[in-house]
Amino acid sequence: MNAIYILWLRQLIRYFRSKSRIIGSLAQPLLFLIALGFGFGPIYTKAGGGNYIQFLVPGIVGMSIMFTAVFMGIEMIWDRKFGFLKETMVAPVSRFSIMLGRILGGATVATLQGVLVMIISIFVGFRLDNWFLVIPAVVVMFLIALIFTTLGTAIASIMEDMQGFQLIINFLIMPMFFLSGALFPLTGLPPAVTAIALIDPLSYGVDALRGILLGASHISMPLNIVVSLGVWAILLGIGSILFAKMEA
Amino acid sequence: MIEVKELTKQFGQFTAVDKISFDVKPGEIFAFLGPNGAGKTTTIKMLTTLTHPSSGSMRLNGYDPVKNPTEARQSFGIVFQDPSLDDELTAMENMEFHAVLYGISKAERKKRIESLLNFVELWDRRNDLAKTFSGGMRRRLEIARGLLHHPKILFLDEPTLGLDPQTRNHIWSYAVKLSRDEGMTVFFTTHYMEEAEQNADRIAIIDHGQIVAMGTSEDLRNQTNKATLEEAFIELTGSEIREEQASSMDQMRMRRRAWSNKKII
Repeated sequence: MNAIYILWLRQLIRYFRSKSRIIGSLAQPLLFLIALGFGFGPIYTKAGGGNYIQFLVPGIVGMSIMFTAVFMGIEMIWDRKFGFLKETMVAPVSRFSIMLGRILGGATVATLQGVLVMIISIFVGFRLDNWFLVIPAVVVMFLIALIFTTLGTAIASIMEDMQGFQLIINFLIMPMFFLSGALFPLTGLPPAVTAIALIDPLSYGVDALRGILLGASHISMPLNIVVSLGVWAILLGIGSILFAKMEA
Repeated sequence: MIEVKELTKQFGQFTAVDKISFDVKPGEIFAFLGPNGAGKTTTIKMLTTLTHPSSGSMRLNGYDPVKNPTEARQSFGIVFQDPSLDDELTAMENMEFHAVLYGISKAERKKRIESLLNFVELWDRRNDLAKTFSGGMRRRLEIARGLLHHPKILFLDEPTLGLDPQTRNHIWSYAVKLSRDEGMTVFFTTHYMEEAEQNADRIAIIDHGQIVAMGTSEDLRNQTNKATLEEAFIELTGSEIREEQASSMDQMRMRRRAWSNKKII
């Protein structure tokens, strides 16, 4: 328990110390909000979709969480090769505790990042009827963060070095973002695209966020939560096997 | 304190460590020497539970690192070949992190950290980030950290690589003091033969995964009829330069050094 706590705390200390990284990682979501929000907003409204910024913000929050979370997981490669992970791997602590501590720390950081994006979205015109909805939204954000930190950690357990990082981003993370319904409604799509969106775990997280914040979801809320939890459980299972087999 | 029997590690067709056997007595300072790629680091990794052996057996403080990793891990402290501090944490935080991982009580933690940071002369710098430390200071901090949980065995994998003579002297004075005063067993690797000659009670030389000689520095010199340990080492392992293929890890290490504007040496 103590080991999990100290590993979690370490990630948070590191996060709050790297101010430039916090600010730097807000640039991309802000760019998306401005370019897409204001660029496509009028068309979306004309097509009868309503306010696009309102629709887009949960998607961009989900995106920032996913990117931060995957990176927090994959970052383990550096830790593994240069040091710090070795220090934890020779400690009298189970491999699973080490992995869980890292995942919880990474997921907390990614959630904080998502909250920051939500705050800056107010400046591009995002409004909520009831700000208390942020509380359940944060729970869903943490669930999204857990899924993708675990995914990143599992990938880092089998990846030799950062060479493959670009590959993962372009062939896994980018498609998961663009095809998740973060940017467009999941209704009226070609069946193939709908099918892809439905095997994309981010779709359920983003849809759940919309359900909570805007009161409108394409997928039923219980299904969103059950699928997200299920995906996390499966990834955690696979991840812990890979992590235990990993040689530092 | 350390018992190794017929220990073997294979990577596919390549045998990195080939049926080596040796014993290290409690309180002994034991040097493990060999050219690059001879199997030194692989042996340390097996002893310290970071990788499993292909065959053979080991005992650390009576515990089998494969079957009882937790007890074995509690028994040793290690200073790795590569730096293993968290650069974004202070010296104090690095120490506290280790103390919590090893389950040291809060009351003992404070005292122990203070005495060890004083031992390696870093107490005044305790609240500075590790990234502001020189190579020698980092090493000293790693040694202090490795000692926190009262290990019976201290592993030092090339602890003085790239350090100036003053720091090297300091580090060896710590190791010798720990062995003489506290009866700690010290197992180290190095490429500096004079360090082995001056500090080790016994020396094993490993080459191509096999132990080619073992004994005191004097034994090794007599056995080869050479005046110095360095000459004896070259006699035993040949004078040909070992080219290690740069692994992906070495490449990353290079890149990381190029990226960070810190001095390596």
